[in-house]
Amino acid sequence: MLSPALISLALFLVAPIIFVIIYSFWLRTAEGLDVPAFQFGNWIAVATDYYYWLGLYSTFKMSLITTAACAVVGYPTAYFLARIRFSNKALLLFLLFLPFWVSYIIRTMAWISVLGKTGAVNTVLLWIGIIDEPLAMLYNDFSVIMGLVYFLVPYMIINIYVSLDGIDRNLEASARTLGCSPWQTFREVTLPLSLPGLGAGCMLCFVLAAGSYVTPRLLGGPDTLFFPDLIYEAIISQLDWPTGSVLSVILLLSLGLLVAVYNRFMSLSDIYRSFAR
Amino acid sequence: MSATLESRTALWLLGLFSIGVYIFQFAPIAVVMLLSFNASRSGAFPMEGVSLQWYDKLFANDSILEAFQTSILLALGCSLLATILGVMAAIALVRYQFKGKNGISTLISMPLLIPEVVLGVALLMFLKLIGVYRSFGMLLLGHTVLALPFVVLVVQARLVGLRQNFEEAALSLGANRLQTFREVTLPLISPAILGGFLFAVAISFDNITATLFWKKPGIETVPTKIFAMLRTSISPEINALGTVMIILTILLPLIGGYVVRRFSRGR
Repeated sequence: MLSPALISLALFLVAPIIFVIIYSFWLRTAEGLDVPAFQFGNWIAVATDYYYWLGLYSTFKMSLITTAACAVVGYPTAYFLARIRFSNKALLLFLLFLPFWVSYIIRTMAWISVLGKTGAVNTVLLWIGIIDEPLAMLYNDFSVIMGLVYFLVPYMIINIYVSLDGIDRNLEASARTLGCSPWQTFREVTLPLSLPGLGAGCMLCFVLAAGSYVTPRLLGGPDTLFFPDLIYEAIISQLDWPTGSVLSVILLLSLGLLVAVYNRFMSLSDIYRSFAR
Repeated sequence: MSATLESRTALWLLGLFSIGVYIFQFAPIAVVMLLSFNASRSGAFPMEGVSLQWYDKLFANDSILEAFQTSILLALGCSLLATILGVMAAIALVRYQFKGKNGISTLISMPLLIPEVVLGVALLMFLKLIGVYRSFGMLLLGHTVLALPFVVLVVQARLVGLRQNFEEAALSLGANRLQTFREVTLPLISPAILGGFLFAVAISFDNITATLFWKKPGIETVPTKIFAMLRTSISPEINALGTVMIILTILLPLIGGYVVRRFSRGR
């Protein structure tokens, strides 16, 4: 029963990834042919190129800002959704995920019409008279982070929501009875108990942000440096597969390390559970 | 007094904040839909009257219709594959005890956490090794791998919630394993199977990043077509296409959810 799925995954997921790792040691000859070899030339070339380090740094920095923004925006919303007594809570959750079903490229593209020089925000601000000149909000790191937060925040909300929803309300009531202030109750009871959800949400947002290609490509400016874009350039544009595979392995390893550290302290199954909802 | 954090004021503030988040989620989509009716040629604000001309242009654009055809064919094909593989795997994972189950679960969920760019690169390079180049076939295989975890998770969730009594009853009444599966398990999980299939369709139809690595140059799916169009300029036609996509992709889960609910209530 299991074998067809396992064989497909072994062939089209595991083997390809192992092959990328192997390919990163292959040698590109002067004629531009890649021949099987075991040498570190590609790795050294990438490691000594400042540009790639800068790319990795910039990607991680922006993903971190995105994750933090998602947490700040997502936590209060999830808290509200978990605590409100509303007969149609399912509808609220459904509404939250409705934009989620809309094509990713459309949702990303929409930000061009929102943040652009003649976009919705500038048009409204100019009309009210708050500004005289359109603000330059598009095609820079700001618009990239905006686009990333926009498509990642539902992941964050659902993860925190699941966690908050599972907390035994009696615990909070007990803390209150025992003399905790509301804020103390939140800080010492609710927040710690919701940390698995927050952690899962943060990890998911970070990994998805750092792995995104289309958002930085569409909303970023000439200075925007994003690692997946470097991979695409190497593989598809320059056909430099040895360099591309080194870059892929770097991205895979750095994010994999993060997931592994997370998995050491919390359980990955939390994340999958939220996907299944 | 009751100055709990859940006191009215705090909940009100949180509510306002949450409404803001909902607006944040819906406003950009509304902007695209609004602009698609703009009579202006620029595809941006200000609105210069209402017009359907961009829809006319859209439906006269053969390359876009072709992209739709490719996308639909691809989505249906890979979803069928992913559903067959996924349902079998989910049943095995829930109903049978064996060693290494956790490892296998992790393996199946792997495509969710591996950056799509890396998946894209890996399959592209590996298939080239065995002589398969960027093509529809590569897209089909790749999308199947991407959609598989979603099918497994959805069906698994349903199976876990399903008590085994029905199956045991069938077995004890003399049905063999195959009969039990066909006449008891399958009807009971069919809403989840349909749900998983629709999920897979949505995943495939929406995919762009990995698709950019796997598609043959010149062949476009709807998302890559939009991506390519955006590189030249934002024409109002894209807003019209976006609106069509928004309506389609919102309708799909709505219908899916309705069908699933209908089915499960009928049982």
